[in-house]
Amino acid sequence: MNDKVNYSHIKGRVMKNAVVKWIFIMATSVALIFLALLIGRVLSQGVGYLSIDFLKNYPAPYIEEAGLFAGIMGSLAMISITAPVSMILGVCTALYLEEYARDNKFTRFIRVNVQNLAGVPSIVFGLLGLTFFVYLFEMGYTLIAGALTMSLLVLPIIVVAAQEAIRSVPSEIREASIGMGATKWQTIWRIVLPAAIPGILTGSILAFSRAIGETAPLIIVGAATAIYSIPDSLFSKYTVMPMQIYSWTARPQEEWQYVAAAGIIVLLIILLCMNAIAVWIRNKFQKRF
Amino acid sequence: MANKAFSIEDFNLWYGTDQALYQINLDIPKHEITAVIGPSGCGKSTLLKTLNRMTETIPSVQTSGSIEYDGEDIFAKKKMVEELRTRVGMVFQKPNPFPKSIFENVAYGPKIHGIKKKQVLNEVVEKSLKGAAIWDEVHDRLNQNAFGLSGGQQQRVCIARCLAIEPDVILMDEPTSALDPISTLKIEELIKELKKDYTIIIVTHNMQQAARISDNTVFMLNGEMVEFSDTDQLFSNPKDKRTEDYITGRFG
Amino acid sequence: MISKNNEQYSVQEMIQANKNKKSAFNLIEKGVPAFLLLCATVSVATTIGILFTLLSETIGFFQNISLTEFYLGTKWSPWTDHFGVAPLIAGTLLITVIAICVALPIGLAAAIFLSEYASERTRKIIKPILEILAGIPTVVYGFFALTFVSPMLSNIFTDMNIFNALSGGIVVGVMIIPMIASLSEDAMNAVPNSLREGALGLGATKFEVTRRVVMPAAFSGIIASIVLAISRAIGETMIVTIAAGATPNLTIDPTESIQTLTAFIVQGAKGDTSYHSTIYSSIYAVGMTLFVFTLLMNILSQYISRRFKEDY
Repeated sequence: MNDKVNYSHIKGRVMKNAVVKWIFIMATSVALIFLALLIGRVLSQGVGYLSIDFLKNYPAPYIEEAGLFAGIMGSLAMISITAPVSMILGVCTALYLEEYARDNKFTRFIRVNVQNLAGVPSIVFGLLGLTFFVYLFEMGYTLIAGALTMSLLVLPIIVVAAQEAIRSVPSEIREASIGMGATKWQTIWRIVLPAAIPGILTGSILAFSRAIGETAPLIIVGAATAIYSIPDSLFSKYTVMPMQIYSWTARPQEEWQYVAAAGIIVLLIILLCMNAIAVWIRNKFQKRF
Repeated sequence: MANKAFSIEDFNLWYGTDQALYQINLDIPKHEITAVIGPSGCGKSTLLKTLNRMTETIPSVQTSGSIEYDGEDIFAKKKMVEELRTRVGMVFQKPNPFPKSIFENVAYGPKIHGIKKKQVLNEVVEKSLKGAAIWDEVHDRLNQNAFGLSGGQQQRVCIARCLAIEPDVILMDEPTSALDPISTLKIEELIKELKKDYTIIIVTHNMQQAARISDNTVFMLNGEMVEFSDTDQLFSNPKDKRTEDYITGRFG
Repeated sequence: MISKNNEQYSVQEMIQANKNKKSAFNLIEKGVPAFLLLCATVSVATTIGILFTLLSETIGFFQNISLTEFYLGTKWSPWTDHFGVAPLIAGTLLITVIAICVALPIGLAAAIFLSEYASERTRKIIKPILEILAGIPTVVYGFFALTFVSPMLSNIFTDMNIFNALSGGIVVGVMIIPMIASLSEDAMNAVPNSLREGALGLGATKFEVTRRVVMPAAFSGIIASIVLAISRAIGETMIVTIAAGATPNLTIDPTESIQTLTAFIVQGAKGDTSYHSTIYSSIYAVGMTLFVFTLLMNILSQYISRRFKEDY
């Protein structure tokens, strides 16, 4: 009798486990379904408006003539400033923290500071850029102001990625280099950095793809929404892809949604390519040690 | 003793507050193989790494006493530590080639010391790889990554890398502990060959290895040097009871 | 065999010869750390810059508008000189609450599924897909919220504004799902298998193990991930700017159009606000409020994950 009661009790528990498992699976699927809906929606709305002309045209008041060219070139120009600036600053910061810094209060402060900067909302970086780059340094609403703001925004991400990459270089090969009479910098330059480069690149590319998709801080530092030229100097006016998408989305007429969707497709394809490159680098070079 | 490489006097070493070496007094002769044996944690690796100041990479290390190399204080202020390390090379416990080609691994030392001529580098690499008895195995794939080699081959490339800057002394920190018996045998034969031109100090926890290859043996225990003498004598007729206990396998 | 004696040149001699050139070398050895330190201070300078930016303008703002009006006033209408921040805070909180209601169950369920139930193969497929959600630009989410989620919801709530807190909040929630899922999963993965096996060996089901062993052990990590996600939701800008409206509104009705702290900053900076006007400095006062909120959340999250770090 007792055995029977216990048995049915166990059966109930096992059932519960199975039910709960399906709840977990379904909840996880909700997230995946959402992603599928989002991509499906964007594709169904935007594909019809994709054309070579869409990539070649400047923004226009008419749907048929509107294009993403200024945005694509602007994003490209911005990232070609942001990438070197943030990488040099980020990698150097990481090298300092991992290789040179003593474990003192100042070092700990920098570490905590980097961690906290990564959590500051992007729009606050926009305010920083507005005060310093736009007004104080009198750059105005220019490409360089936007690109520098973006560099500071992605800096903490790159520092953290570079720190991890540098830390993963085994100490044995550093010792081997130092044991041959190499100086500290020779060891870093010839051994540590080459070994850490794949990790640094992977992390940096992911950070740059964040920069390419970022809109809010650029609104604050005055990226244009409609512009009929591509940036030809650091002090040009500029727009970027997400800015154009934003301005199309914000228009009341429904047709512009389709143009925005077409722009989103282009943006997502570019981000997808960047992520693919990052994953490729990671897979090609990982587990070398 | 004119032909001594290192002369260690009253040497003590601390990691933070933990003392790792106590009052070491030792003269290491030139052009001979000196083995350092003892149970793990006895300070034998620490002693070895002190000889080319590799212990300084750990910030908390403090020392007292003196070590002279070639009659000069290795801790002297005006001495550059890099210079000491070009004279006193090191081979590590685990094969640790750089993630570069075999050629670049061996050419690394000369390059960082400013030797750029391609022809000189070629000759040095060939000579060093021959010296480490691995030339025949790798001469047709010098541009391949050293990680593709077997453990034993990697270790011989590391020895070649060390030979490339022509040091006077080679410190070896359990160089065969990560290798299979056949690779170990090859390395041991190589070490005996190298004796002609180099002073070799080898740390090993393998007593048979010490007995097979060394001329002199140091026995260390708990950070102290217990006994230092001719290898044959130390193994056949140890003076200290603790040495006898260790080599007869009572502990360790 | 190397023979050092009968050769034309010696590497060691060449090294000695090169030593004379090493003075330039010394300059590099000494200069590099200084340069690296200089770069490292940029991140500190950024923080100082942010604080300086926010504080200086905010102080200017509070010379015109009293603290009590700002924090206790209930009407936000800067163009008619009403500077009570409560509606913006209410809007931000409304969005955050909706977002957490979406992200917490789904993110946690996904974390449990991936860490406790899914096979290694399933995990390797699902996890990267979930992380795509984190990589989608927020302007795209905003577009989706406005053009898809809102119209769909208005089928249910027929009198709903096309700009509303609900669709914005839901989509912000989706955006932070990967954050909760991935950080919570890390925390659960860090629970050693020996603990699980101990319970499983006593005849517990997987769910019982998850609920009674894994979740309590990973609790601090899970909480830290949620707090971090809240911080991200508070600071999110584009989704709410596009989809939640621009109507400062002291309400808890999610079908109404509202405005968040972030959305006002965008509106204020976009409009023709002249430099150093009260409206201009009000952007910074709002920014300061936002910054303090998110900073507190970040510090709390770090504190929780440090303070309650389990040692296994």
